[in-house]
Amino acid sequence: MPNNTLLNIENLEQHFPIKGGFFGRTVNHVKAVDGITFEIKEGETVAVVGESGCGKSTTGRAILRLDEPTNGKVEFQGKDVLSMSKDEMRKMRKDMQIIFQDPYASLNPRKTVRQTLWEAMDIQNVVPRKERNQRIVELMETVGLQRHQIDRYPHEFSGGQRQRIGIARALSVNPKLIICDEAVSALDVSIQAQVLNLLKRLQKEFGLTYLFISHDLGVVRHIADRIIVMYLGKIVEIGDTEAIFNNPQHPYTKALLSAIPVPDPRNKSQRIFLRGDVPSPINPPTGCRFHTRCPFATDLCRTDEPHLEQKNPEFDGQHEVACHFALDIQSGKHEAQYEMYNVREVLDDEAEDATTAEDEAFSKTEK
Amino acid sequence: MSEDIILDIDDLRTSFFVGDNEVKAVDGVTFQVPKGKTLGIVGESGSGKSITALSVLRLIEDPGKIKSGSIKYKGEELTKVKNSRMRQIRGNEISMIFQEPMTSLNPTFTIGQQLRESFKIHQGLGKKDGTKRAIEMLELVGIPSPEKRVDQYPFELSGGMRQRVMIAMALACKPDLLIADEPTTALDVTIQAQILELIKDLQEEIGMSVVMITHDLGVVAETCDYVAVMYAGKVVEYADIYTLFENPKHPYTVGLLNSLPRHDKKQDELIPIKGNVPAPDEMPTGCRFAPRCPFASDICKTLPELEDLGNGNEVRCWIHTDQWDGDKEVQLNAK
Repeated sequence: MPNNTLLNIENLEQHFPIKGGFFGRTVNHVKAVDGITFEIKEGETVAVVGESGCGKSTTGRAILRLDEPTNGKVEFQGKDVLSMSKDEMRKMRKDMQIIFQDPYASLNPRKTVRQTLWEAMDIQNVVPRKERNQRIVELMETVGLQRHQIDRYPHEFSGGQRQRIGIARALSVNPKLIICDEAVSALDVSIQAQVLNLLKRLQKEFGLTYLFISHDLGVVRHIADRIIVMYLGKIVEIGDTEAIFNNPQHPYTKALLSAIPVPDPRNKSQRIFLRGDVPSPINPPTGCRFHTRCPFATDLCRTDEPHLEQKNPEFDGQHEVACHFALDIQSGKHEAQYEMYNVREVLDDEAEDATTAEDEAFSKTEK
Repeated sequence: MSEDIILDIDDLRTSFFVGDNEVKAVDGVTFQVPKGKTLGIVGESGSGKSITALSVLRLIEDPGKIKSGSIKYKGEELTKVKNSRMRQIRGNEISMIFQEPMTSLNPTFTIGQQLRESFKIHQGLGKKDGTKRAIEMLELVGIPSPEKRVDQYPFELSGGMRQRVMIAMALACKPDLLIADEPTTALDVTIQAQILELIKDLQEEIGMSVVMITHDLGVVAETCDYVAVMYAGKVVEYADIYTLFENPKHPYTVGLLNSLPRHDKKQDELIPIKGNVPAPDEMPTGCRFAPRCPFASDICKTLPELEDLGNGNEVRCWIHTDQWDGDKEVQLNAK
């Protein structure tokens, strides 16, 4: 695998302002992405996983400047992307394409396949006009569409076929990096497997690099070389795919993996239940952001933010985790503060916590 | 045997009539739900699994219609009973949980008002007793500070909590049969784990039977005892959960298992099913799956019947019959 860094992200922040009050002043911020750092090497597939609201899609959009990031550095092939002018940025996008989740919403319903692909090439001015029709037919065949479908409109295609059009559009400008934002999530499994295999084949054929954003860990294990696990705008764990799946170290990654139902009736894994819901990204918890739901949290976790660190120096790949107690939990030195394998007890605990919090609030108002 | 079957569906056909066209959404579906057990219905979009569920509760609206077939609930023919009897059954004896917790709750009423409604209709409870029961139910499904939540509106609750409210509502009258239509599809996995566990827990507590409709084979393996696999409006395979995963008999079931990316083990490659689900107006006359089937042969131009292979394993495929004229050495192995 080549070792050239293609994309370098440093301390990327995306805070969306919340307007309110009399004069529409900014009253607060949704801290969707809050300081993340990682890099992607040429030819590899890096997956970003996490639950809704963790900031994975925002990360993808910020890299392409579809939303202007608030802070941080994005370097593509050594060039600073965030300081580029609009014109330079448009040229840059030839190398960085995106495939969206919803194949129904991301295609113009009034444009045929030919027009959609033509427009993409026109904007980037990649193929001479005379050769364009030929190129469009080639692209369609590459992604598994038939040449007689060239003048059809999106509504004449099924979901899987539309996603293929989206892929053809991204490919039409010969990009280096493709950001796949939940690109196969809306598809049925039999079709999803077709599209995943297609993406893998194209990667080999054209030497593509993927940033693969997904909530489906099955899909991710299949396609990614490295994985980034995000929680509430931060990276909690990053590392080689097999290292993350075989030896997850962050309590959140563990809970996430244990929560996925296994398609094997004889192999029911022991499940870690998390209390409550993901806190609001407007006022994220202090210290470790996961401490409000973590079975292992201590006072240290409530005040001190852990940083990403390689905990096992003997492992020759990458496997970094942001947790104060990762090693102690693994060795059994640090135990859970409550029963985490029984949904009833977890829910009861949660209810109790809520009641005490309310009682405290009540006694405060009494005073 | 029949006493152990709570729901017995035989050759159910539900169609939608648009202009001169008839779209056969459910086209001869047959299966049984054993008492106290969980039956999974799996299939991809458009296979007719949700329409089957809606047909059981007679919730099919114009231009849809149940054309023929029988739905026996504890021996009572639901396709024939009066509307008034159907109203007694809905929510009281058979309840349903829908996929979208936001759109299935009424945004203009509080959680308590919506829960009280079913206590009032089915059990004649007044406001005070109704509220008391509502709080009990919210507590049962693990909602923090239920006394406060009972007066809140759906928008004040998170997705997972709304789905728990839906479950509370479905279980309010302790139904004998719960139909859960993709109950966790819109939720994150950590919340999904809570909800599935909760349904299982409550099932044990009140001994109800469950029909779990899903496209997720993981959810099936986790929660079901029996499974009906649907494809293009028909059941193609019915089996107990172990047989289905370890010894699948229909090429479609095998195809589904082979195209599933797994998080629990490393796979070299996925083997997708080629092609797409046929559009309703281009449905093949023979086996519906034949155009995508790697083993299809001449005889597949005729529609196979759902055959019993013994041990309650039923499959709709010529390969397992004497008439099979294709490759005799077909390997139906899930990888």
